[in-house]
Amino acid sequence: MSTVELTLKQQPELYLETEKITPDSFAGKSADEIAALDVYEGNLTHKLGDFFTISGTPGQTAQDTVIKVKGDLLRIKWIGAKMTAGKVIVDSNTDMYTGAFMEGGEIIVNGNTGHFTALGMKGGNIHIKGSAGNYLGAAYRGDWRGMMGGVLRVDGDAGSDVGTFMRGGEIIIGGNTDVHVGTHQEGGKIVVKGNAKSKVGGQMVKGEIIVFGTIDVMMPGFAHRDNIDLEVDGAKATFKRFEGDLGERHPKSKGKVIYGQLYIKA
Amino acid sequence: MTKLITDVVCPFCGTLCDDLEVVVSDDGKELLEVNNACAIGAEKFLHSQAKDRLTRPRMRNEDGSWREVSYDEAAEFTAQMLAKSKKPLMYGWSSTNCESQVVGSHVAELVGGQLDNTATVCHGSTLIAVQDVGVPSCTLGEIKNRADMVVFWGCNPAHAHPRHMSRYSLFPRGFFTAKGHRGRTAVVVDPRPTDSANLADIYLPVEQGRDYELLSALRVAFRNEQLPDVVAGISKEKIYEVAEKMKNARFGCIFFGMGVTHSLSNNHNIDIAIQVTRDLNEFTKWSIMPMRGHYNVTGAGEVWGWQFGFPFCVDLSRGFARYNPGESSSNDLLMREEIDSVFVLGSDPGAHFPFSSVKKMNALPCVVVDPHITPSTVVADLHVPVAFVGVEVGGCAYRMDSVPIESHKVVDAPEGMLTDEEFLKLVLARVKEIKGV
Repeated sequence: MSTVELTLKQQPELYLETEKITPDSFAGKSADEIAALDVYEGNLTHKLGDFFTISGTPGQTAQDTVIKVKGDLLRIKWIGAKMTAGKVIVDSNTDMYTGAFMEGGEIIVNGNTGHFTALGMKGGNIHIKGSAGNYLGAAYRGDWRGMMGGVLRVDGDAGSDVGTFMRGGEIIIGGNTDVHVGTHQEGGKIVVKGNAKSKVGGQMVKGEIIVFGTIDVMMPGFAHRDNIDLEVDGAKATFKRFEGDLGERHPKSKGKVIYGQLYIKA
Repeated sequence: MTKLITDVVCPFCGTLCDDLEVVVSDDGKELLEVNNACAIGAEKFLHSQAKDRLTRPRMRNEDGSWREVSYDEAAEFTAQMLAKSKKPLMYGWSSTNCESQVVGSHVAELVGGQLDNTATVCHGSTLIAVQDVGVPSCTLGEIKNRADMVVFWGCNPAHAHPRHMSRYSLFPRGFFTAKGHRGRTAVVVDPRPTDSANLADIYLPVEQGRDYELLSALRVAFRNEQLPDVVAGISKEKIYEVAEKMKNARFGCIFFGMGVTHSLSNNHNIDIAIQVTRDLNEFTKWSIMPMRGHYNVTGAGEVWGWQFGFPFCVDLSRGFARYNPGESSSNDLLMREEIDSVFVLGSDPGAHFPFSSVKKMNALPCVVVDPHITPSTVVADLHVPVAFVGVEVGGCAYRMDSVPIESHKVVDAPEGMLTDEEFLKLVLARVKEIKGV
């Protein structure tokens, strides 16, 4: 594994779109070639080297490449978007779309991420040590496919609209979430270690939501079925099992209707 | 001798009433009387006759006072501001005609701007929901002629769209609705007992911010599944009763407004209301329609829909159209300091945006094109007064049911005043020169 280190030397006046900060676009390039990659500020096109100092060399392939991004990255969008392999380590808070449409590899963020983190994620691992904004692992506007695969772990809290239209993969949130968890969910698993407010599992078709804390207001379309013991993310506990959303369409498998599963710690 | 002009289209709200009569002076210069309009619509016409109205652009001096400038100077300032910006916001577009919106789109494309209309603080959440799950809708004419049940959810047409209920939704006698309002069941869902609620057969005082739960409960009821005893402050017996009435209607329509688009859950409220409508179509015929506010906000969405593929929050900065409310929406752009200049036409964000956004407008170069003196013009560096669209110039506008209606000119604008379209064409020509295209 070869490491490239990017350090922010110049804050953009507005915000910078840096979807080129991925192992895929860095692999096999020299530091000068990396510095010459395009980044965008409004309607202007700049070079990556105008804003970042670049040291180290990437690997020959994305898989062999590690990118460390340093500096105050609060005005930087799209880090690690669409990456397929390799590793990105972000040493600060970042803005929107971190790891959006990611297909593989790993992203570690030692801070908070903005809204639309891991939007439409297909695979790979993301670990956010801080908190995430709204639309974590949700679908892009108008798309009926949200997060499709991979593992998305947030140690802190998440905003609203976690996993909207989620169809696969796993989201684990260490803290609390705002409203709307797993709206239109049709697969995958969302774990909330803290509390969720309300609108949990609205219009849910399939999949699982597991809440360790409380839900302020339950959706009317969830019916309590039984209590079961589960091991979730290394913790064993007894959960109340609900099925829903009873107002939504549901597929049948072997003559049996498949409902979304909502577990709340008993 | 005065002249009576009939079939005038009212440029106030999305109801776009087209049966107004206006009395003008013999020389066609003065508007004397407005008939058939609601109080707000009549005022819009009469307000154009104000004697102290601004008729020339004005630029702010260093000390905050204003000086009069020519339209050419105003166009020059606007073009320079837009062409030099990295990310100009071009907001408004809802109180003007489609012709102006088209020219504005060309300017935005050349300068790589952020195009946004008033849907961003209005029915934008509706547009998001429609994109997510589609929409079964109809025209207002169908409602007048067929509907025997109407639901007003989170809207108060008695005040916001004063002639909506009498022209289309509740009172009129139509082809299959000869009994008028006696043949229609009206349901109002609103946390507050509004004047519209007073006209309802069934009033559901939903708990504030729990519309999503109540709509979901209706879907549960349609499927004959069990409900909790109380949902969103409404008893389950009441919910089952309303659900049964909706299933048994011959033709129904859900009208909805800001009460659901801008309360907790926003677009999800509309998303699930659309699914309620879809569910109902398994039993009978139902439609759903947003109560659009500005008379041509629907038109702005239509024009950008055909030009860029997105109805609002259009980000043209990278040379192709992108869209993501939450990022490319005016208030997010302003509050997050993502833009470096503001151009406003056909809206008054100064009055309707959060104060923190207006403060940012004040700090940025800002041009406001508006016939009136408004809170937006107070924070502007350049104020360009123009002719009133629908009063002093005609043009195409889209009604809330997306039906295009051609509005007419009824009086002349004060001498030498430009229209939105004419001013934008000056700006477009100058931007082309600066950009060398």
